[in-house]
Amino acid sequence: MSRIEKQQDILSKLKDSFSRDILDITAFKGDVTVLVEKKAVLNVCNYLKDDPSFRMNYLVDVLAVDHMPRSPRFDVIYCLYSIPKKQRIRVKTMVAEGESAPSVTGIWAGADWPEREAYDMFGVVFEGHPDLSRIYLPDDWEGFPLRKDYPLRGYKDRYNPYGEEKE
Amino acid sequence: MIKDDNENDLLATKELTLHLGPQHPSSHGVLHLVIGLQGEMVTSCRPDIGYLHRGTEKIAENLLYHQFVPYTDRLDYMCSSSNNLAYVLAVEKLLDIEVPERAKYIRVIAAELSRIAGHLIGIGAWAVDLGAMSILLYAIREREMVLDIFEKLCGARMTHSYMRVGGVRYDFNKVCREACEELVRVLPARVDEYETILTGNRIWLERNKGVGFIPPELAISMGLSGPALRASGVNWDIRKDEPYLVYDRLAFDVALGENGDCFDRYMVRMVEIRQSLRIVQQCLAGMPDGPINVDIPEIVPPPKQDVYRNMENLIHHFKYVSQGFKVPEGEAYASIEAPKGELGVFIVSDGSERPYRLKIRAPSFMNLQTLGRVVNGLYLADVIAVLSSLDPVFGECDK
Repeated sequence: MSRIEKQQDILSKLKDSFSRDILDITAFKGDVTVLVEKKAVLNVCNYLKDDPSFRMNYLVDVLAVDHMPRSPRFDVIYCLYSIPKKQRIRVKTMVAEGESAPSVTGIWAGADWPEREAYDMFGVVFEGHPDLSRIYLPDDWEGFPLRKDYPLRGYKDRYNPYGEEKE
Repeated sequence: MIKDDNENDLLATKELTLHLGPQHPSSHGVLHLVIGLQGEMVTSCRPDIGYLHRGTEKIAENLLYHQFVPYTDRLDYMCSSSNNLAYVLAVEKLLDIEVPERAKYIRVIAAELSRIAGHLIGIGAWAVDLGAMSILLYAIREREMVLDIFEKLCGARMTHSYMRVGGVRYDFNKVCREACEELVRVLPARVDEYETILTGNRIWLERNKGVGFIPPELAISMGLSGPALRASGVNWDIRKDEPYLVYDRLAFDVALGENGDCFDRYMVRMVEIRQSLRIVQQCLAGMPDGPINVDIPEIVPPPKQDVYRNMENLIHHFKYVSQGFKVPEGEAYASIEAPKGELGVFIVSDGSERPYRLKIRAPSFMNLQTLGRVVNGLYLADVIAVLSSLDPVFGECDK
């Protein structure tokens, strides 16, 4: 079986196991993205980590994307890699503003800092994270800079005379 | 030292919180560590980062695709060509273009040279942190040779911006080839010299052997990558496992450690310098003639001298500079084995000339979060050794 057939084979198996929770599976330029219902993220991640045909034992990154004005507003993407199987999968879920995303720190401890970064930059709260605080910016910073409605030069205050006025 | 029995109450010490950095000579940049101490024993360690945060990802969303290349130089500024490479590979993946053979070989040489420069400064700074000043001076001397090659290649020494979407900026000429051959000839003996000074050195061994042990399971679950992961015995090198450019045609060994301590992380880097030289040598021999850029005028503008003589070239050049090029809608992730580990760039494109979202997966950032888990129970002085062995660079860590 070729690599691509094999990949399709295990992906259809994944789809069968979580038929209700997996909304879509896409392969774009060789990158597989699985769009998952938010409540099922932890189950799918656990399955991907433990199932012998996936064995996604390595968490590459956790990131958020702001799709304003879409509703739900944010995409949260968990990038996974399998060191034994040498394959990559991205698990994607959609999170509305004010909602929380599930934290995968219980599955991969390395999700700690990337989730803090996503919170710092987008304000996406990760439920179950042991210590969700800002990582780059000071604790008293206002706003989330990578949101699309945050001005490029920041907001005007006594330290930032070139920023935009807050309405 | 803590003595539990009451007779020695006087020896018990109060828990102390020590702030190391953000300006400290051995913190490798602007790192702030909040360390809990019982006497000289570390009881907790919390890295506080972000002092060099410049909002690179936000900047990227507001620039044309080709304008962002110089910003990638400033991520891991010890090896800017690697950063250029990760970014242009991601954009090329979205554009679905493949660069010419010659450009691939040149890119591999640039990436491996920057790995040598990065490892040299990493080991030099590490040694000086542990008190061996001379190694830093030697390492800087050899790194100078590498920087001279880059100067001959693209005119810049540190911030190259050498790679562009669709190829490289300048051709690899005879002068560069001779300089590379000289490096391949000279450097192995110089690396032997470092090994004579460090590998058998009793102080170096005692400061690094058995210090900062990272078991392979912890390394994998914490997202460690690069030399630090391989020192724990995990055989994962993106150059081998998901080969990009021409790495599948090159013969080189992946250095693996056994114990996962600081000394293994040092040895892995030493072996990697030698292997990089092997790769450079093979690329010099195997590099074909031919173009160094794809022949798509919207993506790669014509050479400057042609712009003055030809109307179409002038138009292409003007459109490239003023409007950039459009990238098809989609999401793509490209990653390379950078000197510090897996450097990945994730781009969400909305079909315009600017990335809708660009995420940099910085290896220094992911590697550094392991520090707090590893140093508990060690002496304060060992924190410096472990930190140096993870080799974080804050341009990249703080983005």
